[in-house]
Amino acid sequence: MTNVDRFLVLIRIALISLIVIGLTAFVAQQIDPQNPFARWANPDATGLTAAQFKGLLVTGLAQGAMYGLIALGYSMVYGVLGFINFAHGEVFMLGAMSGMITSNKLFEAGAWESNFLPSLLFVVLVSIIVSTLTAVIMERVAYRPLRGSPRLIPLITSIGVSFFLQNMSVVLLGPGAKSYPALPEWLSKKRSILTFDIEGTKLLVLVAAAVSMAGLWFFVERTKTGKAMRAVAEDKEIASLMGINVNRTIVTTFAVGGAMAGVAGILWGLLFRSVIHTTGFLPGIKAFTAAVVGGIGNLGGAMAGGVSLGSVEALAPLMILEPLGVGGVSQLRDAVAFTLLILVLLVKPTGLFGERLSGDDRA
Amino acid sequence: MSPLLEIKNLSVTFGGLHALQNLDFHVNEGEIVSVIGPNGAGKTTFFNLISGMVQASSGDILFEGQSILGLDPNQVTALGIARTFQNVRLFANMTILENVMVAQHCRTKQLIMGALFQTKAFKQEEAEIRAHAEKVLGFFGSRLVGYRLEQTASVLSYANRRRLEIARAMATKPKLILLDEPVAGMNPKESVELTGLIGRLRSEWGFTVVMIEHDMGVVRDVSDRVVVLDHGETIAQGSYEEVSTNPDVIEAYLGRPVEEVMK
Amino acid sequence: MSAAPLSTAGAPAEFVSRSAVDLDWPKVAKFGSLLALTLVFIALAGMPVGLDGRAVIDPILSMGDLSLLWLPVIIGYTVGSEKVLEGMVATRKGARDLMAGLVVGLLGGAGLSLLIVLLDNFDMRDPLVNWSPQLLEKLTFENSVGFGVVMWMIIGAVLGLFGASFHLMSPLVRDVVTKVIITLLSFSIFETIITDLLEGFKLDFLTDALYAKQGGLTIVTTIVLAIVAAIVAVVGRGRIKEARATLEAKEGADRTRANTILIVIAAALLIILPLFLGKITNELLANVGIFLLLALGLNIVVGLAGILDLGYVAFFAVGGYTTAVLTSPNSPGFAPELPWMVALIVVVIMAALVGLFIGAPVIRMRGDYLAIVTLGFGEIIRILFLSDWLKGWFGGAQGITNIPGAGIFGLASVKGTDPRAVFYLVLFFSALAIYISWRLEKSRLGRAWMAIREDESVAEAMGINTVNMKLMAFVVGAVLASFSGAVFAAKVGSIFPTSFLILVSIIILVVVIVGGMGNIMGVIAGALVLIGVLGGPKQPGLLAEFSTYKLLIYGALLVWMMLKRPEGLVPNVRRSRELHQDEFLQDAWLKGEIDEDEDDVVDEVLGDVTGGATA
Repeated sequence: MTNVDRFLVLIRIALISLIVIGLTAFVAQQIDPQNPFARWANPDATGLTAAQFKGLLVTGLAQGAMYGLIALGYSMVYGVLGFINFAHGEVFMLGAMSGMITSNKLFEAGAWESNFLPSLLFVVLVSIIVSTLTAVIMERVAYRPLRGSPRLIPLITSIGVSFFLQNMSVVLLGPGAKSYPALPEWLSKKRSILTFDIEGTKLLVLVAAAVSMAGLWFFVERTKTGKAMRAVAEDKEIASLMGINVNRTIVTTFAVGGAMAGVAGILWGLLFRSVIHTTGFLPGIKAFTAAVVGGIGNLGGAMAGGVSLGSVEALAPLMILEPLGVGGVSQLRDAVAFTLLILVLLVKPTGLFGERLSGDDRA
Repeated sequence: MSPLLEIKNLSVTFGGLHALQNLDFHVNEGEIVSVIGPNGAGKTTFFNLISGMVQASSGDILFEGQSILGLDPNQVTALGIARTFQNVRLFANMTILENVMVAQHCRTKQLIMGALFQTKAFKQEEAEIRAHAEKVLGFFGSRLVGYRLEQTASVLSYANRRRLEIARAMATKPKLILLDEPVAGMNPKESVELTGLIGRLRSEWGFTVVMIEHDMGVVRDVSDRVVVLDHGETIAQGSYEEVSTNPDVIEAYLGRPVEEVMK
Repeated sequence: MSAAPLSTAGAPAEFVSRSAVDLDWPKVAKFGSLLALTLVFIALAGMPVGLDGRAVIDPILSMGDLSLLWLPVIIGYTVGSEKVLEGMVATRKGARDLMAGLVVGLLGGAGLSLLIVLLDNFDMRDPLVNWSPQLLEKLTFENSVGFGVVMWMIIGAVLGLFGASFHLMSPLVRDVVTKVIITLLSFSIFETIITDLLEGFKLDFLTDALYAKQGGLTIVTTIVLAIVAAIVAVVGRGRIKEARATLEAKEGADRTRANTILIVIAAALLIILPLFLGKITNELLANVGIFLLLALGLNIVVGLAGILDLGYVAFFAVGGYTTAVLTSPNSPGFAPELPWMVALIVVVIMAALVGLFIGAPVIRMRGDYLAIVTLGFGEIIRILFLSDWLKGWFGGAQGITNIPGAGIFGLASVKGTDPRAVFYLVLFFSALAIYISWRLEKSRLGRAWMAIREDESVAEAMGINTVNMKLMAFVVGAVLASFSGAVFAAKVGSIFPTSFLILVSIIILVVVIVGGMGNIMGVIAGALVLIGVLGGPKQPGLLAEFSTYKLLIYGALLVWMMLKRPEGLVPNVRRSRELHQDEFLQDAWLKGEIDEDEDDVVDEVLGDVTGGATA
């Protein structure tokens, strides 16, 4: 064992211990705020009421569902082409942006309020189309010419594309944040389901994500194109020998990933009501984390990873960090997400549910 | 005297496929041993195991009496085992000289401080590295020396690439060299020449050589001993004459006559 | 006049003439629509209006105009470009190419014409912020819509024609035209520096002669410069080639001497010129220097060892914050107020430690994952510096202010208020970084890094401890970045977390790649061109008006470089071979440089050998 390996073992132990201690302190606190153990860790920690917990969990799940939808794109492209499409976050952002523009136009025209459902459907459609187009054009212009290049080249190119798209949005649409019109009350109001109080919007997110996943599953498992995608992900050369049009399949992969990101984009916009050119950056990285957590190339894993990441991100600051004595934990949510990525890659790099990659891409 | 390299009961599986099964093998110092066998017999896996690029599922590998199981490839090389690759893997964009200089990495030690301050120790080590590199390259005649030294490895002809591969392995100052199909793709003249060179690896440089080869002429001309692998197991061992007339070996290569199969 | 075939070996390319109307219509249509789309994009991005303030040739040509005019020329030229291949039929350049350029330009211009019509009839200000009356005015040249529509089609056609004509010019003419354009552009772009320099040498009157009051070249100057440049181009043409050839032909000791002379001249210029330059230019150069330092560090990590560290800015932050905490009296937690030079020692140690801490987990990961994880680390560090949790140490969002200047051995104090001193400090560290990069590259460590970058598993098989070597690259890069951070802290006088966004890592990456990965000269060139002209992440460059668009250009540049020229503008010869392997090998084979086995050598050696081996 080299020194580096020993150091890594130490880090793993340290991280896992911290998590365990934090959780224990949290639980101790919940059971009895006067518990000496709880107080030793962080006397200011207030703990969570059941309602707060449920609220955070639901928020986490909703956000996680969106991460999962975006993660699908990362997972599929990595499975098929073996590189991280850094610009996928921007595919998501552009979907959200176009949704914002369309919904605002509809709102101005009065259609948003009078004919909400058709308007919503239209906006979703626009978002999906824009995202899909972005992804497909990206592949054609920036990635296809680089097939077969040394590994890092497409990754660096995708960084350039990401950067370009973000700033394209700034110069064309202006640098400020833009907002979505409000959702009608009957949709956004709080509902009580199984003792959980969920806002309608979050419910919509969860339902939409589930429906999209189901659709995707059907597409990948049951249709010919889906099978082609899986074949190309397994081994490009052999797939082409089997008569599969590899280029077309790759385009389809990008398109489907883009469509999923488009759905996530519109959902994000409806949930958070605001979008800016940097909206894609953090969710993009977190979505990639989710893809890795679930096992890269594994679509079910991507969604599972997304939901896990979302919940952990929402709950860990209060359940682990605060009991440990860390103040101002809400700011550290993003750091938690990144730490999860590092932890997973240190402890189980093939992800929770196993990778699905072609032979030469395996770690 | 105990063998230089000793392999006991070695097995490797790749996802259900037994690449090597209960393999026993040994090489004594100063021997030239050839490993032959039909394609897929596990020969390159065998080399990958010894050099540490693949981990065994069971068994042991002893080098100079010490187990090297589980060691990283660079540790194995540092202990004194060098290898070439079946599909020549040179550092294509480095010069010929650099390829052979970098191979001496594990025998040298200057790092940041020496380079930055151009210490005497650093300059001396660089000079030694260079001198040794030129000496090793000189082994191949005038082909890889002189103006060639500064040429990028990618411009070399196929045969010269194979020679550079061997030079690189030699430069690591090993005790044991593993040659993976050294004459593959060479024309008869080149093969003959290389056969002689392999002999000189032992006689002039003192290396012990284990060689995977398909060219029986080379095997016959240079080996002290031949080991035959098939389906991951040793099926015969001995001198070339013994092995080439062994019915099991013939069956492994050519299969059984139809009449026998039909019985 | 026709393009020469690649080499004389093998069958030469055949040339046929085609009629002027026998165009490759699909290609023309594709390029034309691409041009139209891009021109419309540039217009809607706000460049023609936003950059209108800067005059290139006063009063007729502004940077805003140029932002639209350059592209049809380039595309017009590209349409006519055809790779001449051995033994293939190629078209002789002629009227056909002019036609192609014209049509492509026309189509491009038509795109703008369409935009004019749309601008006049619709209001898309929400969401397109630059959809404004000013844009319409600009595009119609403050005339009628019809005028604008027609003009742009004509302008497009003319420019496309001009671009295409480059194919038909004799090499001499082409050379002259290119040099004239470059000269004029340079004098325009470098106006600030030239003015500054002239002032420094007390030659102010020249400034008035060269430039118009509001900036930009005067028409007279343009003509004079054009003529002078043309003459110099014609006369000096052979000379420069000769000089370069003699330089490259030098070998061994001669070469070293020649290189040393060049370096000494460059160093002398760098040391003497700032004394004559004003505040603004020195400030600019200092900025370039800080990012150059970062780029040189990243060059070792990415360019030599092949590790894509996207979180590189973290080390910059560590350097800056460590300096701030140790030197500033306003440091919240712990304010030892050490002198800058003492703090520097701690900075190096901290950077090395953080480098090891971040490096250890990532060094075994495959390239893509490593990039994202280092990005994650970079963000974690920034978030921690920004957090309220650690506010007691690092000041949170308010950062740490009142950082005293860098005291150099008690002799001088380098503060942000004295850009010249800052520049010299930056120059010193840049020189140090260049020295370190150079020495390491030509050492056992450098060879190990190159081997790792070439083929990591084989490098390991050759006895290289890849984990340790990669870690070392990481740490060296970290230390160089931290130097930059320390100088940055002293220069700006305060440290805020917003200076350390991932944006910085990406911009440095662009500099390294555009300049040429692994190539010190390239990185210097890249930093000068990009940071100097366009500007750094938050700092303006020579063309301050480009601040709004510079990030867009950076992104586009990165993509374009990766697609066309991944080895960078000033490529490391080795690297460019790596990336164009097939082409390089083909050329070498054609030129007869590829090694063919000499049979006589074989016989010679065989003679010694036949004693032992039997045939």
